[in-house]
Amino acid sequence: MIPSAFDYAAPATVEEALGLLAAADAAGDDVKVLAGGQSLLPVMKLRMADPSMVVDLGRIAGLNGVTDSGDSLLIGAMTPHHVVATDPLIAQHVPLLAQAAATVADPQVRHRGTFGGALVHADPAGDLPAPVLAAGATFLISGPGGQRSVDAADFFQGYFTTAVEEGEILTGIRVPKYTGWGSHYEKFTRVAQQWSIVAVAALVRVEAGTITEARIGLTNMASTPLRAAAVEAALAGGPATADAIAAAAAHAAEGTDPASDLNGDAAYRAHLAQVLTKRAVLAAVGLQAGA
Amino acid sequence: MASSKTITVEVDDVRYTDDVEPRLLLVQYLRERLGKTGTLVGCDTTNCGACTVHLDGVSVKSCTMLAVQADGHKVTTIEGMAQDGKLAPLQEAFHQCHALQCGFCTPGMIMQSASLLKENPHPTEAEIRDGLEGNLCRCTGYQNIVAAVKSVADGTVYDDSGVSTTAGETETAGVS
Repeated sequence: MIPSAFDYAAPATVEEALGLLAAADAAGDDVKVLAGGQSLLPVMKLRMADPSMVVDLGRIAGLNGVTDSGDSLLIGAMTPHHVVATDPLIAQHVPLLAQAAATVADPQVRHRGTFGGALVHADPAGDLPAPVLAAGATFLISGPGGQRSVDAADFFQGYFTTAVEEGEILTGIRVPKYTGWGSHYEKFTRVAQQWSIVAVAALVRVEAGTITEARIGLTNMASTPLRAAAVEAALAGGPATADAIAAAAAHAAEGTDPASDLNGDAAYRAHLAQVLTKRAVLAAVGLQAGA
Repeated sequence: MASSKTITVEVDDVRYTDDVEPRLLLVQYLRERLGKTGTLVGCDTTNCGACTVHLDGVSVKSCTMLAVQADGHKVTTIEGMAQDGKLAPLQEAFHQCHALQCGFCTPGMIMQSASLLKENPHPTEAEIRDGLEGNLCRCTGYQNIVAAVKSVADGTVYDDSGVSTTAGETETAGVS
């Protein structure tokens, strides 16, 4: 399968890329931004997308890599999944992201696909949005009016829709450090290489046997990733015991709006959310080995 | 009309400079322009891994990459694995373990296995299976594929290249 013909530009700087986007928009071109291409190229080959112009961010220096900025990490938007999964800073301070990134697709796709690209793509079944939401990350976006930052809570707006507007580019994601917290990403699939049917990201802080704070993100339980607020509230201040965690996890489907599809109907997903939340939190606090 | 781009790519240790349409996929460039048909197109949808090649030493699916994205980079295909007429250890191991039936998935399996062993030289069986998650074998021959990769990791590949040559010479001598 061959994509429709398009013009191609590979700018060397973010400013040049923004200029190309503005010029393409002014010329009436249907422009797409290419990151790792592991979602965009398949949909172009299927001709579900047929942009007349593609702007490739792959040759911009400085968008790839993880840097320590004190109480947070800055992850460049073009950092491949494989790097997120194996980076020592991420392993030390936000291992939840490493674990989730290691479940994306397969090794070849993880070599090529990017952290920022997957987040802007915002597939409801994608594995990075829920952990990033649970971690309370901040998205750094460059556009014609300069730079702005958007909280994760405001970033995901619907199916494949984020706060990144036409003519803008996501350049990086700032993730607070959760050094010393327990964490776990529990993903449910039935076959290899599959998108999450449901998955749960858990960040849990335990002090002297008490859960002092819990941040739970749900994958594929709505058109956007969700925080399981009722579970977080039920866990906070309670004991880090299997019974208390099971009772809290029973709230996992509250406020969700899961889709029904060939992998499972909405009621099945609601059940999964509770089971997987229990497993994720148990694993995060060290009471059970996660899947 | 979309304008073509000039790219320079090093493929299997040879530099090529070509004008390509931006929409030309890397796998098409390799097969149709360079004649490197050892890299196969299976599903053409990023699932099966038959088209796996190395880009700067790491595995990628060449059906899900544009040739223009490879400009200035180094590509290794299955055709670049053997050196000086001698099969690479993984190729030898696939041969010895009978890690193929129809052989269609084999180039991709070997390229992904090589990338896996570079990142993790001593994988467990589970890590090998996870590492080959993006490669499908429709003959269901996974068992021997895993055994082949394990044998290379364990250093137990039997190098019979010298033995074959000797045997061949003896046979030829006997016939003539």
